[in-house]
Amino acid sequence: MQKLDINGSIHQVDVDPEMPLLWVLRDVLDMTGTKFGCGMAVCGACTVHVDGAATRSCVLPVAGASGRKITTIEGVGRTRTGRAVQAAWIAQDVPQCGYCQSGQIMSAVALLSKKPSPTDADIDDAMSGNICRCGTYQRIRKAIHRAAGLQAAAK
Amino acid sequence: MATATSLHRRDFLKTGATAGVALLVGLRLPVRAADDPAQAQEKPAVNPFNAWVRITPDNRVTLILDKSEMGQGVMTSLPMILADELCVDWKQVGIEQAPTNPKIYDHGTGGSGSVAGSWLRLRQAGAAAREMMITAAAARWNVNRDTCVAQDGGVLHGARKNSFTYGQLVADASKLPVPDPKTVPLKNSNSFTIVGKDIARVEVKDKVDGNAKFGIDSRTPGMQFAVVARCPVFGGKVKSFDASKAKSIAGVRDVILIDAIPKGAFSAGGVVVLADNSWAAIQGRDALQIEWDEGSAKSESTESLLKQMKENAAKPGKVMRNEGDADSAFAGATKKVEATYEFPFAPHATMEPMNCTVQIRPDGAEAWVPTQAPQWAQDIIAGVSGLPHEKVVVHTTLMGGGFGRRYQGDFVMEAAQVAKATGKPVMVLWTREDDMQHDFYRPASYHKLQGAVSADGKLACWKHFQTSTSIDAMWSEKGTETPGNSEFGTAAFIPYQTPNYRVEYTLAKSSVPRAWWRSVEHSSSGFVVESFVDELAAAAGADPVEFRLRLIDGDRSIPDFTNPKEGKPLNTARLKGVLKLAAEKGAWGSPIPAGVGRGVAAYYSFETYTACVAEVSVKSGVVKVNRLVYAVDCGRPINPDGIRAQVESAAIYGLSAALHDAITIKDGRVEQANFNDYDMPRIPETPKTEVFVVQSTEEPTGIGEPGLPVVTPAVCNAIYSLTKKRICRFPIRVEDLA
Repeated sequence: MQKLDINGSIHQVDVDPEMPLLWVLRDVLDMTGTKFGCGMAVCGACTVHVDGAATRSCVLPVAGASGRKITTIEGVGRTRTGRAVQAAWIAQDVPQCGYCQSGQIMSAVALLSKKPSPTDADIDDAMSGNICRCGTYQRIRKAIHRAAGLQAAAK
Repeated sequence: MATATSLHRRDFLKTGATAGVALLVGLRLPVRAADDPAQAQEKPAVNPFNAWVRITPDNRVTLILDKSEMGQGVMTSLPMILADELCVDWKQVGIEQAPTNPKIYDHGTGGSGSVAGSWLRLRQAGAAAREMMITAAAARWNVNRDTCVAQDGGVLHGARKNSFTYGQLVADASKLPVPDPKTVPLKNSNSFTIVGKDIARVEVKDKVDGNAKFGIDSRTPGMQFAVVARCPVFGGKVKSFDASKAKSIAGVRDVILIDAIPKGAFSAGGVVVLADNSWAAIQGRDALQIEWDEGSAKSESTESLLKQMKENAAKPGKVMRNEGDADSAFAGATKKVEATYEFPFAPHATMEPMNCTVQIRPDGAEAWVPTQAPQWAQDIIAGVSGLPHEKVVVHTTLMGGGFGRRYQGDFVMEAAQVAKATGKPVMVLWTREDDMQHDFYRPASYHKLQGAVSADGKLACWKHFQTSTSIDAMWSEKGTETPGNSEFGTAAFIPYQTPNYRVEYTLAKSSVPRAWWRSVEHSSSGFVVESFVDELAAAAGADPVEFRLRLIDGDRSIPDFTNPKEGKPLNTARLKGVLKLAAEKGAWGSPIPAGVGRGVAAYYSFETYTACVAEVSVKSGVVKVNRLVYAVDCGRPINPDGIRAQVESAAIYGLSAALHDAITIKDGRVEQANFNDYDMPRIPETPKTEVFVVQSTEEPTGIGEPGLPVVTPAVCNAIYSLTKKRICRFPIRVEDLA
């Protein structure tokens, strides 16, 4: 039995401890906001936060997530940074198909939590693990700068 | 023990294969219902309140969308057209996906045809509903309807300043006779209040908070998850298999066999593992022991295909077009250029892998499908289940990218077969490896170009030989190549005037499945035409923009050689317009910084005109695209920001096939498996991209694909301007720039 703290709620799941967190979220808990893209941590669609750090949930065995604070796209709006990023994403009309965007947002929130005023090089480093097949990268970059501005203004 | 699924093949081949061929045609031609009498007959004017508009007594408006939203923005742009003509306030509008009903709707989404094909019919539907509202209001007030005006979701009666909301009128209005779509008055374009504005995507909030539901997110009570073990060699079959280890994995429920469907759906068949969750299903599949009958395709490789193509290129092909005598003109020319271009297979690689969820019960079927072809999905499920179409409910979901891949029937067929065999609701989902290795690829092709510049600096001759793994050859009823016009696109009617123009084609045989990839034949033709004209410009010692303008010459209307009856002619004035605009905004002619190359391309595709100026730098053989400046003319812009987004998107998509990896074939199978060996462009490589949209008043045309054909030639022409090296094969390799 694995005890998971997800977005502030406790879930008990009875699964193979090797089952990666992504599948627990999507198939066991029906939290489908986190997406499957590659299964080998090269595309970023499955990005969640584990104790605040951007983490690819497709390669994290659920046993490794137990006892740690997990945040998914469904819960990231509970933080000010999360809300700022989501608002910036909407203002810049970033998503196209939208499938990669949960992962993009989670990576962006993790970046802004560490670096509130990221440079373009910081953005490159933090976001290069997230593929967008629709090519929304230019808008993602603008939205991150905008969110940084929103955060700074709110202080 | 495994159970084979029986399939009503005769029924399927009737609907499926025919539908496949019909859809091939339908995809190519965004035929507008009002222009095509046959289509207009098929779909008589329906009551708009039954098909397009729902209004509640409290005046909430729901507009119906019959096209698939795959990121291209139709969920916003199409309702914008309807809402404007209907005269409702955009803020009061909600959107709903149409139920799958080909009798009323035109579901097929592709060919950059949604806005073009919906523009008139949605305006007619919105106008009809508006006129019915006015008639209902006038009747209630007992006044002349000419004194009533529709505005912001209500009808006003000027003289006494009376008003009714649409909510108050809809019960009466929806019972009135439906106005004839051909004569219903449409708004004057200077009265548009929504069309032409930058409108944010209607579903953007759901796409940033995790609420947006894609096909792969479908869940229905009792649903099982399934994955299919398919022969890695194309066309291969299961010889025998042992499921004992698979079945012992916790969560695995069953293992069954499904037949390959080698026509229409072109599904591979294979061994299916069903489980409580997709992780267990994948583990179960890994534990299967399967012996494959690999079949004859295992002799195919990228090397063998290229060898075949080069052999084809050494002989004359079938003449597709011939004016003058290109061979003699070439032989006698002094300023001549010869070039060969190679294109590999390219994968769609949608971020959401293929999937389909189906439940078949004796009394009806229900499916949740991320599909560009809901009507075909319905056909397939009806065929497999034996149920009438009216009992097959297909819900079109959001999808994580389409790009043509989701127009196929293979992933629907598999789910239908499994649902039929098990009697349970099931989602068949694909892993990334499945998706990368069982795609319908952009065809591989090989082109030989010969051209010459005449003494007066014009185009003396242009000869284009192509050999390719034709899409038509795979999809046509006879399974043989039909004339290769569809392989050429605008390369068969170039805007560059020449008295000696020859186009030849030879089919390259291949067992690799292929179909429509974003911009289809234009993905190679755009490069071939715009790279070769650039080579000729260099031979002429001319500026690339000025040379193109010189060769395009005066304002003309060039018939679409590939579709003379229904294709819109190429209007050279509009092509010159985007070329000049891109050149102006891209500062063409201004001093180029050291270490930077600048190139240009302009092209006509999907009835839309696009041009691109690219700036690149090259370091140690690695290309960096710094900047792209686009000019696009897609007729009247519906949602300009949506247009810019589509061009930004097509640019990156086009570059993905140029900059990193190729799909290669070895022993009849795809060598690449995941994004580790077929990488995608990522944020650090993204060029600064600007898109200038011509404020045209022409009929709106497509924009999902036209941004793609110009990006790679513009980039490669920029590489040439910096390095004096021509890129002739993809992906661009370090050794080609050494």
